[in-house]
Amino acid sequence: MNSLISLEKVNYQIADQHILHDVDWQIPAGAHITLTGPSGGGKSTLLRIIAAMISKTSGTLIFDGQPIESYDPIMYRRQVSYCFQQPTLFGETVADNLAFPYQIRKQVMDTQRVVTALNNVGLSERTLHQPIIELSGGERQRVALIRNILFLPKVLLLDEVTAGLDENNKQIVHAWLRQLNEHDHVTTIMITHDATEIAAADQLAKVVAGRLEVHA
Amino acid sequence: MNLAANNTSLFLAAMLVLVALGISLWQKLGLDRDIVIGVVRAVVQLFIVGYLLKYIFRVNNLWLTLAMIGFIIFNAAWNAKKRGPGIDHALAISLLAIFVSTGVTLGVLVLSGAIKFVPSQMIPISGMIASNSMVAIGLAYRSLNSQFHDQRQGVLERLALGAGLLDASIAIVREAIRTGMSPTIDSAKTVGLVSLPGMMSGLIFAGVDPVRAIRYQIMVTFMLLSATSLGSIIACYLAYRNFYNEQKQLK
Repeated sequence: MNSLISLEKVNYQIADQHILHDVDWQIPAGAHITLTGPSGGGKSTLLRIIAAMISKTSGTLIFDGQPIESYDPIMYRRQVSYCFQQPTLFGETVADNLAFPYQIRKQVMDTQRVVTALNNVGLSERTLHQPIIELSGGERQRVALIRNILFLPKVLLLDEVTAGLDENNKQIVHAWLRQLNEHDHVTTIMITHDATEIAAADQLAKVVAGRLEVHA
Repeated sequence: MNLAANNTSLFLAAMLVLVALGISLWQKLGLDRDIVIGVVRAVVQLFIVGYLLKYIFRVNNLWLTLAMIGFIIFNAAWNAKKRGPGIDHALAISLLAIFVSTGVTLGVLVLSGAIKFVPSQMIPISGMIASNSMVAIGLAYRSLNSQFHDQRQGVLERLALGAGLLDASIAIVREAIRTGMSPTIDSAKTVGLVSLPGMMSGLIFAGVDPVRAIRYQIMVTFMLLSATSLGSIIACYLAYRNFYNEQKQLK
């Protein structure tokens, strides 16, 4: 199977602190992967390198057949979309957030698509004009996730996005992510400690003290 | 004219410095050294400038006037730069921003006939424009630095969504420009009610009819709005990219 993303001997260090050691990783297109490991082990760093939010110190990272350096970082991030743990919402209302992906592409917000996306994660059309300060933690996280997928990326990188959610919200988000993966063929890599999420993955990867272990 | 400041009266007025020094020592503000340095510098600089201007006005040479304006602009840029620690090329950016804001504003004033191209008008007016532009740019730099620090997460998220650098920074850039311009706008609102600003006070001091003096103050209000807005916008639009590296990542 062809790899959509392939890492070879990827290292990351800050000053003399070695955060990732010789990471080799093949990520097949369409895979649904969970990434676990103790905190401070380097999981988020690894995802942020794949997201082009930070740059590896050495090694190679190939995306879709080309080294990451050959892409314009802005265009690359539209294809490999990273969602933060505890995201910040922008502006005043939910609409300000969901209009953002359109603004940066110089397009007008497709309200129909936005409303469908809201419905898919169990939010109503009414939410669109709600001030963000009125949203619960679960609603914020879902709005943030929608920002990442209004324009479907090839890869979705999720950094413990369900960690703050209650069981009900978690299930809604899971079902939706599964749909994105199976129906829309979005390759997903999620950092999680959740047993159900780990069980549902095609591939389980673990980062311990900066080293990657992959279990198919 | 009733102008009576002489060396003796100045020496006595220096008592006022003791008030500031006393407060600093009493309240343990740790400003005493800065106050002394500030006062000594002010006295020395002003004496030098006084004699220098006297010479330049007498010679009335185009190149000498331009050189003096250039010197003012450079010093203003140098000071603005200090407000932007961590911003690369802050000197070059400040220099361009102050040069353009001063140049455009002066140009309009000269072409409209509001001031004449003589050193005794060009140099003081350049100084007023450049210093206001300098303060505006300094405030804008400080605002950029603090906002990029405080709103780091928001900027990172915009980048992660595939925003270009300007889209990721636009809210910060706008706020910084606003911060740079707002003191000028605030003082435009209260001019005459709270303060009788320098230009007008100086003319009134020198015995000019207040009704004539205010015309110059109105001109100053206009020119400072132009100078601070041009200075802030140029500096912010050139400086925001400094917060990102070549890989378009937030530093």
